Amino acid sequence: MTSVTPHRDRPLDGTFAAAVASAGAAGHLVVQPRMGFPTVRQMREGLNAVKAARAHTVGTLTIDSYTRVGDDESARQALDSGADLNGYPIVAHGPDVTRALVDGLVTDGFAIQVRHGSANPVSIIRSLLDAGLDATEGGPVSYCLPYSRTPLRDSVDAWARSCELLAAHPGAHLESFGGCMLGQLCPPGLLLALSLLEGLFFRQHGIRSISLSYAQQTHPGQDTEALLALRKLAAEYLPDTDWHIVLYTYMGVFPRSPEGALALLRDSARLAALTGTERLIVKTTAEAYRIPTIEDNVEALEVAGREAAGPRSGDLLVENGEYGVLAEARALIEAVRELHTDIGQALIRAFGRGLLDVPYCLHADNAQRSRSYIDARGRLQWHSAGAMPIRAAASPTGGLQQADDLLNMLSHVQETYDQAALRQGSRNGPAPALPAR
Amino acid sequence: MRVLVSSVSSDSHTWNLVFLQLLLEEMGHKVTNLGSCVPDNLLVAECLRQRPDLVVISSVNGHGAMDGARMIRRLRGEPDLRGLRVVIGGKLGVRGVEATSHGPDLMEAGFDAVFEDTSGIAEFRRYLSRASIRDLEPASAP
Repeated sequence: MTSVTPHRDRPLDGTFAAAVASAGAAGHLVVQPRMGFPTVRQMREGLNAVKAARAHTVGTLTIDSYTRVGDDESARQALDSGADLNGYPIVAHGPDVTRALVDGLVTDGFAIQVRHGSANPVSIIRSLLDAGLDATEGGPVSYCLPYSRTPLRDSVDAWARSCELLAAHPGAHLESFGGCMLGQLCPPGLLLALSLLEGLFFRQHGIRSISLSYAQQTHPGQDTEALLALRKLAAEYLPDTDWHIVLYTYMGVFPRSPEGALALLRDSARLAALTGTERLIVKTTAEAYRIPTIEDNVEALEVAGREAAGPRSGDLLVENGEYGVLAEARALIEAVRELHTDIGQALIRAFGRGLLDVPYCLHADNAQRSRSYIDARGRLQWHSAGAMPIRAAASPTGGLQQADDLLNMLSHVQETYDQAALRQGSRNGPAPALPAR
Repeated sequence: MRVLVSSVSSDSHTWNLVFLQLLLEEMGHKVTNLGSCVPDNLLVAECLRQRPDLVVISSVNGHGAMDGARMIRRLRGEPDLRGLRVVIGGKLGVRGVEATSHGPDLMEAGFDAVFEDTSGIAEFRRYLSRASIRDLEPASAP
């Protein structure tokens, strides 16, 4: 290795980052569930099942909504009264309880990431570090704009402190959720830019092990180009950092038929494998109806793992730059970096001027002048780009976007996969009825 | 009409709110969208400040019936807002519409109309398409 070769730091042994890196070095895709239960008994059962699944897995502790907004008292009351919580209240349980929970689990290459959705995660990060864990996710933009009323400025401050807490722990890993904005209908160029800019923010605040995210959108070719572009940007902008890429199985309205849901999951696993993506966050066949069980999650992990390990045909036929994702992401990143040497200040200014503008995001700090659409070939395009330094495609509907257009776009992937499952079913015999909504 | 669109305090979903805004705008109304996780006090303050012709509350996280009832009682407690037209719709409970209808309770708490789950959107369109809000009789629960 010469000094001009971009250098990727090696993660510290025994960490979340090392678990992902060693699987990746052996050519395996790491698959990960979303999973969070309130009690230690349920959580341990879930994590044990994930660890034992026939796939290369890492585990997840998803935090409940009360803890997410800092209402630890309500979380504690719910625990005391046995009321349902939609996740694991890591702060209310306290570090000893969580340390005991993960003791004996975080061995043999298995690791756990804490997922939370908080615009101010300081106490969550204290709790996970105190419990001996070392990995979490989010970001000053990605956990502020979509889910909170917190001003972006306050989120930037809280995330700066959070990064510094985490960075004091050797080997700690932080994932940007910036590639998943609103789950659907955000064109890839902006997703890449936000993920990369949050990565730069983490790096500026001392984090040395980072993952950048991307959520599967509407078109396999466009998604392939996006994931390859994200690798290129990571190598370029995070040279002295350990990094990997994480893909999320489609996060929007999910197919109702089990066959359609599985086909979408398998497509995401193949997309990850083809692009050298190291980690995949899966969705389950139960997604359209209810909160998935442990068994639903294990099934999804094993299906995705098998698909990623399967034979790969040469369908990685993406002409360089056909969809313009890399150029668009680069234009956005550079426009933001020009605003301030401090990435947090640059992000605040960029949203203030509409240079970053997330389509359909209602947060008061988002300009709300951009719109997207799905074109006739299924690609996600800009309908209007607001003040962003990129060009909108010529839209078939002209100026206005109707409410019914939005409903059609939101259910485009669901419809596509459910229809394909129906056609497939009718070739193999009587068409299976779609389960009722 | 000037329409205020809002979620309830515990609901962070926004696609429903974006859809409603587009729907109302294409029917010619002027929309202010307060977005997700709107605290009761903020909603009341915005109603007092903006004096909309109609308030549309939408929620899909299953807490809508609970949060909505609390919010409307708080809103009706303001003498100036007793006559304000306020409707609610969405997935209002955790069990779906088959199990129970939240309509009567929410009407009792002070809403002018309740539109439950997916069937509610057709009802809502009909409700809106009547020419003027002033011509509307107080709506009954579906």
